[in-house]
Amino acid sequence: MEPQNEVLDNVIIKFAGDSGDGMQLTGTQFTNTAALFGNDLSTFPDFPAEIRAPQGTIAGVSGYQLHFGSVEIYTPGDFCDVLVAMNAAALKANQKFLRKSGILIVNTDGFDPKNLRLAGIAETDNPLENHSLDNYKVIRMDVTKMTRAALSESSLGVKEIDRAKNMFVLGFLYWMYNRPMEHTLKFLTDKFGKKPDILDANVKVLKAGYNFGETREEFTARFTIGPAKITPGTYRNIMGNQATALGLIAAAQKSGLQLFCGTYPITPASDILHELSKHKNFGVKTFQAEDEIAAIASTIGASFGGSLGVTTSSGPGIALKTEAMGLALMLELPLVIINVQRGGPSTGLPTKTEQSDLLQAVYGRNGEAPIPVIAAATPSDCFNMAYEACRIALHSMTPVILLTDGYIANGAEPWMFPKSADLKPITVNFAKEKNSENKFLPYKRDEHLSRPWAIPGTKGLEHRIGGIEKQHETGNINYDAANHEFMVKMREAKVEKIADFIPEQTVEVGTTKGKLLILGWGSTFGAIKSATLKAREEGYDVSHAQLRYIKPFPKNLGELLYSFEKVIIPEMNSGQLIKMIRDKYLIPAEGLNKVQGMPFAAEEIYTAITKALGK
Amino acid sequence: MDATVEKFTSKDLVTDQEIRWCPGCGDYSIVKQVQTVMPDLGIPRENIVFVSGIGCSSRFPYYMETYGMHSIHGRATAIASGLKAARPELSVWIVTGDGDSLSIGGNHTIHLLRRNFNVNILLFNNQIYGLTKGQYSPTSEEGKVTKSTPMGSIDHPFNPIALCMGADATFVARTMDRDPKHQQAILRRANDHKGASFVEIYQNCNVFNDGAFEVFTEKSSKKNETLFMESGKPLIFGDNNDKGIKLDGFNPVVVDLTATGASANDMWIHDEHDRVKAGILSRFFDNPSKPDHLPRPFGVFYEESRGCYEDGMTRQIEEAKAKKAADLDALLRGKEIWTIN
Ligand code: SF4
Repeated sequence: MEPQNEVLDNVIIKFAGDSGDGMQLTGTQFTNTAALFGNDLSTFPDFPAEIRAPQGTIAGVSGYQLHFGSVEIYTPGDFCDVLVAMNAAALKANQKFLRKSGILIVNTDGFDPKNLRLAGIAETDNPLENHSLDNYKVIRMDVTKMTRAALSESSLGVKEIDRAKNMFVLGFLYWMYNRPMEHTLKFLTDKFGKKPDILDANVKVLKAGYNFGETREEFTARFTIGPAKITPGTYRNIMGNQATALGLIAAAQKSGLQLFCGTYPITPASDILHELSKHKNFGVKTFQAEDEIAAIASTIGASFGGSLGVTTSSGPGIALKTEAMGLALMLELPLVIINVQRGGPSTGLPTKTEQSDLLQAVYGRNGEAPIPVIAAATPSDCFNMAYEACRIALHSMTPVILLTDGYIANGAEPWMFPKSADLKPITVNFAKEKNSENKFLPYKRDEHLSRPWAIPGTKGLEHRIGGIEKQHETGNINYDAANHEFMVKMREAKVEKIADFIPEQTVEVGTTKGKLLILGWGSTFGAIKSATLKAREEGYDVSHAQLRYIKPFPKNLGELLYSFEKVIIPEMNSGQLIKMIRDKYLIPAEGLNKVQGMPFAAEEIYTAITKALGK
Repeated sequence: MDATVEKFTSKDLVTDQEIRWCPGCGDYSIVKQVQTVMPDLGIPRENIVFVSGIGCSSRFPYYMETYGMHSIHGRATAIASGLKAARPELSVWIVTGDGDSLSIGGNHTIHLLRRNFNVNILLFNNQIYGLTKGQYSPTSEEGKVTKSTPMGSIDHPFNPIALCMGADATFVARTMDRDPKHQQAILRRANDHKGASFVEIYQNCNVFNDGAFEVFTEKSSKKNETLFMESGKPLIFGDNNDKGIKLDGFNPVVVDLTATGASANDMWIHDEHDRVKAGILSRFFDNPSKPDHLPRPFGVFYEESRGCYEDGMTRQIEEAKAKKAADLDALLRGKEIWTIN
């Protein structure tokens, strides 16, 4: 019987297995194939906190969720349609994310007594036998056995053979979703070209998985998801951290500056360093410092020397950089500080996502220390906002904080990448001449209240700068009371002036006035957009605006907020942006908060909308 | 000297800022010697940068008419590392103190040394916290009574020279505020050395720790208590150059040249490139009140030629550029693309 072919407009698949099962690779391969096919998509990798968590346990489960479709996709999705569980622990940890009557693909070998015990399941309670999975369409396959069978003639050892298991699953899913294997075959050739036995094994097992679907009669359904009708153009797939790195390189190229990144490895920010260090041909200098403090301090040194200085980190590292951020602000040097937020406080939840460092970014320094703060909304938006961070820093001679988070940093989506010629220009004019009668005044300001950038090596402009309060214009040490107050206000005014050249706040979905506005910031974008689109289709008067510029706020934000009867602010924290909004605009905004190390489900926001507007 | 470098004098290095150190402070001598030496080094004034942290010594950049940064406590070494990595052609000088670079900034100091950036570190060691008004520092001697240690310090002090040897520094020297000539010579040597040059300068804080180095600096005791090392010359000291140092196995012993009739040339001949012997010299750190103590060495303990971090960084960038052109559009485009019509 030829299986029936069902056409769907979107599907959510979650690959879950032991961290040694290669689920991240399987997920990325399926993602890239879907992207090349022209689907819109969004992904969410979910790593265990420990690199080598005990095999077979819940702590060791690694997951990769992929949402792809022929329609526009904004989030990795709330519940999955297909769950691949390579062992009992993977099923136990993820069953709650599988929708009713969803497809469950289980590797039966991962449910032997040992795996059940490691997952904390009594042998008598084996989910494959106790009917607890009756609500799902369960596809059972002994992946281990079939992988070994496919490689019965291979010269590889059992361990290496078993490592190819994930290819079997991938092959089967390619069959199930009518996908070509070319991309993965090419990937394998590139990766294992020098190890023919391993290449051959992976290819054989991939094909065996595909053929398994083709030849077994019990699989009655295959699915087709057409290419997406998204904005026409040329796309590539991109992850958030990678997009951040490219944004920085683009800004350096457009401004003609050398990019210097002083940083220290930390989850989930390290991939920015990894990406940057691959592009030394752009003159990028990456410096892995001895600690977080040296990371930012070295970057300040590089900025003083005329480089585009960037430091990258996450919560605990940002805490350590705090004092130096204050110095950069006093020195009034351009500097970009990137915080890829994770669950806090302290070490917190290193591999989980959260938006709980907003108040730290805006207020968390000694003294009155204003630093512009901006946030990226999606993986590809990390490119735009990294570029913006550099543009603002160079324009106003100031440190700038860019907030992203683990969710978008590791997530991927198709990106209609820009042409370099279309990027906003960034002009840098190093000071070359004295700016006062026969003198150079390092703190004499221009119309943006920004000071000149005179770099060492420039004849006649020798000067000293420092962290002690300085006299207006001369920059000399000065403890005078009136001067201090003047300088405190000046530094604040300078940051507020940035509102003059950042874009005004736009509405993402809906109208500029109405009953309800959902105001988000950062990575809540996708969930809010999906939820408001759905609610509007059902006739709810709800709109969505996503803040990307938080300090200073866009000039028209107040006007926009006052045009709605009600404002709800969803945040992956206990309510931080809401404090700032209430404080500045004196409106009774309501919070929608989630602090579980997990992004919002669109459904949660949709429910809040319907509740607020009644039905 | 490069003829194209515009000449300048010591006077050109004086800023319009009034010096705020206490009268009689050892720092005055150091700023003077630096200003004296600088014009002869052949470095364009605009290429000189002084970076400091926090502490009395760290006010230094404000008194030098060059580029300068007075940063935050302990971080001058890290800031200077980034500056040098970004701009290898600059002449970067770090001015720091015992608290700044051995306590709060200890970590950056050792990492700068192992990376061997071509910079100069001038560590003003006064064995006390001056700016915060007199607490013991990581170089204060055990038992030191200060405001924070009324019953005496129970901290074992750092031996800065030994610490730097341990961190694989490539140039390690010691001098003192009260010996301008020696200071100048050491500053020149530090500048000439390609790599991280570490210079410990004994500096008297006449307000909170007056006389800490008196036995080494006062005429009456200096000759007997100090050992001025010169490369290729025997280690001799004493009022009439009548004492020498000899190695008995790995143990240094003092030899009375007059009593034994030994010749100076039979003594230990100083070799700045001998790491093992430099290690032994770095341990000449006895409390001078101890009977039979060894004299305190001054001069260059050790010098080694080793690649500098910034050169390695530049080399990798040149290599990468030679292999692949910097094409931003190609970078943005990536490896795999698809088109939606
Ligand atoms: S406190 Fe001591 S070190 Fe500081 S300026 Fe005064 S004398 Fe010099």
